[in-house]
Amino acid sequence: MSPIGLQHYLVLSAMIFSAGILCMVTKRNAIGILIGIELVLNAANINLVAFSRYQAVSLDGHIVALFVILLAAAEAAIGIAIFMNFYNTLRTIDVDRGDELRG
Amino acid sequence: MEAFAFYLFGGVALLSAIGILVSRNIVRTAVCLLGTLGGVGCLYFLLNASFLAAIQFIVYVGGTLILIIFGVMLTTKSPWVAFTPTRRQVAAGCVVAVMLAFGLCMLLLQADWPAAQKDLAAPSVKEIGNMLLTDYLVPFEAASVLLLVVMIGAAYLARGEK
Repeated sequence: MSPIGLQHYLVLSAMIFSAGILCMVTKRNAIGILIGIELVLNAANINLVAFSRYQAVSLDGHIVALFVILLAAAEAAIGIAIFMNFYNTLRTIDVDRGDELRG
Repeated sequence: MEAFAFYLFGGVALLSAIGILVSRNIVRTAVCLLGTLGGVGCLYFLLNASFLAAIQFIVYVGGTLILIIFGVMLTTKSPWVAFTPTRRQVAAGCVVAVMLAFGLCMLLLQADWPAAQKDLAAPSVKEIGNMLLTDYLVPFEAASVLLLVVMIGAAYLARGEK
């Protein structure tokens, strides 16, 4: 077994990223799409921290990852609030039903 | 030892991500997200980012995931309701995702990454705090304003019927 290096983390992150993209395009439940976005953001964070450990000698990657976590939390809060409005209007959170501007 | 831990936590994260894709039940999807977030958090420990790992567990697992689970509970009459996409949509999505994963892995494995200059010592919380309040002061303040806006906006959007 080769020692764990940067590439191991990058490949893992690429796979989680692809899973997140697939989750976003195949789920019809709005919350499933939100979960896909979280997967993509986590994949990006793994890359940031791995590069910070193996390539750079600075902590910049950690700080950026911190901001990504913050933005993901903010995005989830607003997203859930929008989906609750969506649900109140249409009585479902199937995104395919939200195809009109006036609900 | 490090290799074993990497494969263990990476495997948990990846299998949970696949579980998210396979599961048609939105509650199981949310539970699988817990596995992915926890696995990624443990990987942060392996990458000497213990502060970030703690933040991952507190904010992601303790905050965002709970929010998502509340969202699931509030927006489905029965939590076991599932909207399944058509086979054509799933097939097209799978083709795109597999091509994306394959292409990215090929690219990453062929790339010639320069060797690390030196192994980053485990950073202390003090250093991160210093950077946040010097080099990253503007984004830090912008983030605090953003959180205030998000708090007000989410409360406004999610309010009950007038």
